[in-house]
Amino acid sequence: MALTATPELGSGAVRPAPRFFKRPRATTGVGSWFTSIDHKKIGILYGVTAFTFFLIGGFEALLIRLQLAQPNGKILTAAIYNQVFTMHGTTMVFLVIMPMSAAFFNYLVPLQIGARDVAFPRLNALGYWMFLLGGLFLYSSFVLGGMPNGGWFGYAPNTSMTYSPGHNLDFWIFGLLILGISSTIGSVNLIVTIINLRAPGMRLLRMPIFTWMTLISSFLLLFSLPIITVALFLIMFDRQWGTHFFDPLGGGDPVLWQHLFWLFGHPEVYILILPAMGMVSEVMPVFARKPLFGYPVMVFSGVAIAFMGFGVWVHHMFAVGLGPVATSAFSVSTMLIAVPTGVKIFNWLGTLWGGSLRFRTPLLFAIGFVIMFTVGGLSGVTHALVPADRQQTDTYYVVAHFHYVLFGGAILGIFAGIYYWYPKIFGQMLDERLGKWHFWVTLVGFNLTFGPFHILGLQGMPRRIYTYPKGMGWDFWNAVSTFGAFVIAAGTLIFLYNVRRTDKLRLPVPADPWDARTLEWITPCPTPEYNFLETPTVHSVDEFWHRKYTEDDNGRLVKVADSAQFIERLATEDDHIHMPSPSYYPLVAAIGLPIICYGQVYRLWAVSIVGLLVMISGFYAWAIEPGTEPPDPDELDGVGGGSHGAALELPAEGDQAELGRGEPVSVGAGAADAGPGPEPSASGSGGASGGGDPALPGGDTRGVGEAGFPGDPTLSVDDVDL
Amino acid sequence: MADLTTAPDHGPAAGAHPVDHTHATATGVSNAKLAMWAFLGSECLLFGALISTYMLYRHRSVSGPVPHQLYDIPFTSVSSFVLLMSSLSMVLALSAIQRGDEQRCRVWLATTALLGATFISGQIYEFTTFIRRGMTIKTNVTSGAFFVLTGFHGVHVTLGIIMLLSLVGLSIRGKIPQSKAEVIEIAGLYWHFVDIVWVIIFTIIYLIP
Repeated sequence: MALTATPELGSGAVRPAPRFFKRPRATTGVGSWFTSIDHKKIGILYGVTAFTFFLIGGFEALLIRLQLAQPNGKILTAAIYNQVFTMHGTTMVFLVIMPMSAAFFNYLVPLQIGARDVAFPRLNALGYWMFLLGGLFLYSSFVLGGMPNGGWFGYAPNTSMTYSPGHNLDFWIFGLLILGISSTIGSVNLIVTIINLRAPGMRLLRMPIFTWMTLISSFLLLFSLPIITVALFLIMFDRQWGTHFFDPLGGGDPVLWQHLFWLFGHPEVYILILPAMGMVSEVMPVFARKPLFGYPVMVFSGVAIAFMGFGVWVHHMFAVGLGPVATSAFSVSTMLIAVPTGVKIFNWLGTLWGGSLRFRTPLLFAIGFVIMFTVGGLSGVTHALVPADRQQTDTYYVVAHFHYVLFGGAILGIFAGIYYWYPKIFGQMLDERLGKWHFWVTLVGFNLTFGPFHILGLQGMPRRIYTYPKGMGWDFWNAVSTFGAFVIAAGTLIFLYNVRRTDKLRLPVPADPWDARTLEWITPCPTPEYNFLETPTVHSVDEFWHRKYTEDDNGRLVKVADSAQFIERLATEDDHIHMPSPSYYPLVAAIGLPIICYGQVYRLWAVSIVGLLVMISGFYAWAIEPGTEPPDPDELDGVGGGSHGAALELPAEGDQAELGRGEPVSVGAGAADAGPGPEPSASGSGGASGGGDPALPGGDTRGVGEAGFPGDPTLSVDDVDL
Repeated sequence: MADLTTAPDHGPAAGAHPVDHTHATATGVSNAKLAMWAFLGSECLLFGALISTYMLYRHRSVSGPVPHQLYDIPFTSVSSFVLLMSSLSMVLALSAIQRGDEQRCRVWLATTALLGATFISGQIYEFTTFIRRGMTIKTNVTSGAFFVLTGFHGVHVTLGIIMLLSLVGLSIRGKIPQSKAEVIEIAGLYWHFVDIVWVIIFTIIYLIP
């Protein structure tokens, strides 16, 4: 399609875009992390940031447990306790599990679908910087007068100015708004990437299951975040503009907050768990050496969970008193949503059944996930029964339930993913023995911490209390739980030591260390910047596996080829791979947002306007800079010749083939010749947008038919549109 | 090596005619257009939640005055008509750039922005009138819901105007040739969405008693 570029465009290619400072070019070194728009680097940034917040949130959990270890705890005051438990919840949900999932989305999805990057690489960077700055904004409240203290659910009217003066909750409101914008940007980007950038042959039902769960989670985010955004705006107007949305005296209705919050909040729990389910569903087939049992059913039950997830929110509100009809209806829908979830659990069992299991660390975490998640799911079903739920509401039983699904579920699933993809991401293998220690210590610690909550809850210990008197019968299990929390901390230290040790040893790993099944493993480890040298063509789900293995007449596995045969070689200069250029502007635009929010927290409009100007100038500079810079003249000399240079520049400025690979000189020259005139034919587009395949002659049908398609997340409008 | 019959349907985009700027994506819809549709899907829930809030609080005020005592329906009908006409000029801008007429495209884009600005001026006039007559955002829950809902819509229109004027600027610099007509189409998607939302808001706030 680049050949349809008009002459104006061609001349535009030569004219450098005006800019405030020179475009960054470095793709290595510390500075490159600030400007990178490579989905893999952004994925690593998400992961490292989220893990740091995991340690902070874990530290807060230890403070909570120390305070509750015995009756009349004196470690925290009531006011500080409220801040710590609010930030523990907010951190773990918005700054740990969501971005940890985003780390895997970013790193893996383009690799799993055979693309060179996400659809909008710069938007991807913007999403990350907004997440980081949103997290720092939330925690800046620590030094600016106190952290948020209204719980992660922020129930009205406790969050009103009357009951919560001070800026604590304003930080919470604006922090979550920033994080919501970040997640919305990320979800739009991933939806477009997954729908549009799949490699040839990768039909929807050939996509890896993790990519499917990413797609479903992204849709959930897309449709649930605007609801919490509205709720947060309404509470913000109540606090700062004097409205009465949640003020009963002024005719407002605090229950509206609960409806809006849980209409977001319940899809949110599936946003937290579906990615982990996807990771576990990737890990199990590899270590059972069997395909995922019932792959299409797994996909459809994921979709069913997502749909039904919007229809169960009132089960968080059974104690509000919405009447028998509403509570009965939502009780039934809550029981129904257990069905697709149960289907998934049986499919995991079916995957392991009869497999030749290799009990490596990722599989241990995956099995731990299934068992712990099932425990949490079962206590969840008891919440669906309204009479039981009325007893359990606001007790530690509920705390037990959601820690079993979020820690026992999401966190264990994420650790399975970390151990499994670590060699892919860092090119080193985490130590197996330490990994197993990490698993068992964490599992035991987890059950010691959260198992007793079931008992405490049924004994009537309320949630959110900062201390309790002697003689309630809660002393023993609280002490056990606190001990368990420190066991989890020890497990986490083992993991950190393992990472450090692995980093020191720097043992090389083979490119396919697990004998894996999906496309990301045909790239070398760690993944090169351009992902795929040659766009893979997909013939089945588990494409890589089917290239290596077939079945004989008796259904036994027969190895037909060695994986080394399919691992791509590293690119050389001659491949002329031209990736999108790094950019400062996502960071610049993102910095504007917290400045706007600080202005609003302190009601300083001048500060907000400065932030707005920073943001707008970031976006305008972004809009006029091309996605991919034309290469330096010296570089062009290096690769030999003017006609080739033109061929590289044309698609770059016409942004047809930002990520398309450079063509062999013969094709490039052809493109340059044809450049000035519109050339609508399909063969022309194949040549220009990067179908030229190093392994094949330029005129090959493959180059024509695929027209640089998957590795070509073009940004034509991204260049001029905000 | 590559069996093209197994490839998904890439749609007609691979060999599309020169005006059509879509690239060969798995669906045939360009990335940017798909992203705009996804974003608009998200916006539906944003306005859905705001409209629900307004519906809930329509008759819940404990003190007056409330919006339906102060409306000037003929005035707002005229400004609504102006906004609806801006959708027509947006379509004409797209039609012009698809024919390659950049000059006329700029004229229609500017017209659309002007009509949008007229609507916003009307809204500002309406807001100031209401405030002068004693109904501010804090007066009661109905007025709060009214100002927040129409205010959010107004901010959307304002962002749309900024976007349209930016497109005019880019077009003057020759950045939006015929081959990039899709940029105008995508901006149009947003603009039409904001218009449709206003039709719903106008009906719910002003027309339903």
